[in-house]
Amino acid sequence: MNKWLVSIVAASALTLTACGDSEKEQAKTNEQSATPEQQSPAAEKQGAAQKEIVVYSSRKEHLIKPFFEQFTKETGIPVVYITDGAAPLISRLKAEGERSPADILMTVDAGNLWQATQEGILQPIESDVLESNIPESLQDPGNEWFGLTVRARTIVYSKERVNPENLTTYEALGDEQWKGRLCLRTSKKVYNQSLVAMLVARHGEEKAQEIVEGWVANLATDPFSNDTKVMNAIEAGACDVGIVNTYYFGRLEKENPEIPVALFWPNQDTSGVHVNISGAGITKHSSNVENATKLIEWLSSADAQQMYAGHNMEYPANAEIKPVPEVEAWGSFKADDMNLSKAGELQPQAVKVMDRSGYK
Amino acid sequence: MIGNKLLRSNDASVHRWRQRMGAWLPVILLSAVFAICVMPLVPLLASWGQVEPELWSHLWQTELRQLFSNTIILITLVGTASFLLGVSLAWLVVMYDFPGRSILQWGLMLPLAIPPYILAFVLLGFTDFGGPMQQFLFALGLGIEWLPDMRNPLGVGLVFTLSLYPYVYLLMRSALQRKGRSSYESARTLGYSKAAAFWRLVIPLTRPAWVAGLALVLMETLADFGAVSIFNYNTFTTAVYKSWYGFYSHGTAAQLACLLLLFVSMAVIAEKWGRGKGRYEQSGAALKQYRQRLSGGWGLVAQCGAWLVFALGFILPVIQLVYWVVSSFEQHTEGTIDLLINTVLLAVLAAVITLLVASIMVWAQRHKQTKPRGVMTEVSQLGYAMPGTVLAVGIMMALNGIDSWIADIMDDQSQWLATGLFALLLAYVIRFLRIGYGPLASSMGQIKPSVVETAGILGAGKRERLFRVYIPLLRPGVLTALLLVFVEVMKEMPATLILRTYGWDTLAVRIYELSAEGQWELTSLPAIMLVAVGIIPVILLIKKSEL
Repeated sequence: MNKWLVSIVAASALTLTACGDSEKEQAKTNEQSATPEQQSPAAEKQGAAQKEIVVYSSRKEHLIKPFFEQFTKETGIPVVYITDGAAPLISRLKAEGERSPADILMTVDAGNLWQATQEGILQPIESDVLESNIPESLQDPGNEWFGLTVRARTIVYSKERVNPENLTTYEALGDEQWKGRLCLRTSKKVYNQSLVAMLVARHGEEKAQEIVEGWVANLATDPFSNDTKVMNAIEAGACDVGIVNTYYFGRLEKENPEIPVALFWPNQDTSGVHVNISGAGITKHSSNVENATKLIEWLSSADAQQMYAGHNMEYPANAEIKPVPEVEAWGSFKADDMNLSKAGELQPQAVKVMDRSGYK
Repeated sequence: MIGNKLLRSNDASVHRWRQRMGAWLPVILLSAVFAICVMPLVPLLASWGQVEPELWSHLWQTELRQLFSNTIILITLVGTASFLLGVSLAWLVVMYDFPGRSILQWGLMLPLAIPPYILAFVLLGFTDFGGPMQQFLFALGLGIEWLPDMRNPLGVGLVFTLSLYPYVYLLMRSALQRKGRSSYESARTLGYSKAAAFWRLVIPLTRPAWVAGLALVLMETLADFGAVSIFNYNTFTTAVYKSWYGFYSHGTAAQLACLLLLFVSMAVIAEKWGRGKGRYEQSGAALKQYRQRLSGGWGLVAQCGAWLVFALGFILPVIQLVYWVVSSFEQHTEGTIDLLINTVLLAVLAAVITLLVASIMVWAQRHKQTKPRGVMTEVSQLGYAMPGTVLAVGIMMALNGIDSWIADIMDDQSQWLATGLFALLLAYVIRFLRIGYGPLASSMGQIKPSVVETAGILGAGKRERLFRVYIPLLRPGVLTALLLVFVEVMKEMPATLILRTYGWDTLAVRIYELSAEGQWELTSLPAIMLVAVGIIPVILLIKKSEL
């Protein structure tokens, strides 16, 4: 009995380690097929110019891959990446500590970036290029992250059943006139948590809770799991107004240019439209700071900005650069210029406010 | 290889050493398995060292009670419905003959290939505003007030039931074929009424089977994150995530995870208790008996019901997925085939390793039944109840701890364990050990000790007993275990998200990324691939269980 087991275990352990190794090798080469020249382990010795950059990204693959390829073409610096949710990546970086292979963390939502700074996994970036390209409100006060694209979280309404003159602010969506007419995405989504965090920053916790309670009282149906569904519900007539990120509207509009739903820019006489970012920072234990800085600077530059944002129908973070035409067609607006790190700092409070308001 | 040489050596001292090792090896190996399996629990339990009272009081005031009630409602609904569906459908196809029975008896297992999170987005996508159902209603001239809102406990329960009842059905069907039928018929000849024969004899006799099936169903339900988050239905898993993302409190997340584990431990204890002290011994092979023809009004209802379950659980979701794939064909990004290859490779590797570990456990139990061994075996299987994310983070923390310890000693800063496939495979093995162990243990349980003793008396040596008694009799269990683990690993999502490494994205990962954004149509391609590959082992399972 045990003879058989021992030999099986021994044999399988051997094959397994063999498999594991060869597969790892294979995975590595697969990964680098995105880069023109093959890296050899000796490449590290060829000086920093060739040293590959390792990116942990929660921004989706199809939104980053073409730009990394372009960057490699221009500079000869290879880039490899993995994509995952922000929280798992942050936990992973924290757990890997100084042994982490990562050089750059890229993620969406200021709350996530703020969280990364709190966990102590980023380092300050010293770059005049970034300082001049990216506005103050879209970067970390300690320069540990910089926004690269901007999305507005704004009001959408039914063109058939709503007169936009009746719309004013986020806060006013709690008014009597919207009773049974409002649709929202779940409070679990970080975009809503950041929005409410900014309300807390502006009005304080108590007032913010009153506003959110007003929203909940006006809900036409349970919160949806994503923005697209909110707009589908408005289109179907289940509700008349909602709050969504601009690029989700852009996707729907692309599919159906005749969609009877439109964007509204709220709070133009007060705080401005709530914006959020996707951004990047350099990891604390990066062994490749020089190249990593180059990549982030390149993404903030005039060459890359329009398409890097436009690919996902977002706004460039670089104020000098125009958005792509279909985004520009939505008109211009005044954005909230409170520093976005607040969105992260106040996020736990925002979640508690939403919990207490019964916003699921 | 060296091992083989050692084993062939006839040196007397080696022989003695082997005898001593033979006594100790099972315990040593079992302890190693136990240690590895409880390793992820250590960081989780250690989290109780830092409780955030303010956050707990917030949870208590807001959603903690709701989490308890939601969880209890869900497992009650899913448990009851899966039991009724699984048992009645198994009874129907084993006892009765009716047109289409041969299709249904394997068709009813197919929903096993569709994970709850796929069924969830298909159901919601179908009944969504702007979805196919609304268009259908519109064509009939009915407004959106006729559209059912599925986002309630019943909708969630329906998804879990349709996706998980096959566990009960599968185990129940083979149990009925083995002993249910013959005992039922004996009872009937002895004058029992149909109902009495069924409830007082068949159900208690097949208890190990349906209790085990039910335990699987409930654990899957408790550990699920994908489906409940698509429905926005708050359970402990969503609360764990929320503490993580929303409150930035890993400690509280780990503590909530421990509460969830408490729930599951109860399920495990209930299963132990539910099985009773029965030693399940096969009462001979199942006979090819003749089946009763199904007739009358109830017969028709039963038939239609079975077809309805098959349609809702499998046919319609697949049609919907195929429709979405076709309608959005030009939008799909390439690379889905690579994901498929990764998924299959990982699943095969994990299934083989899991089976090896499970056979160590079975062997140690068989070798000597002692209380500590029983406890270790039971506790080692708890990983199945841990939500994938929590397990993965536990593994990551633990492995990183070991890594940094190695780094200190060896003065080597490279990562040995925490990155790479090792961590992911470890997560799969810990998570699905229970599924691999179950079929193996039950087929071991069906080898009567007397059979082995007889072989011994007849002069069969150890080796001969292994190859001529154990292996042939264990083969069905081994195959079932392999296939079940394979399917489960393919479907696994949360742990894969955290622990995957360069170039090892899987179909489940892609499905998560797309469905989180509500892009049902784009999600359909990886989903249909997952279902297509998941069906192969399910069909093999079915073929295997044909008698």
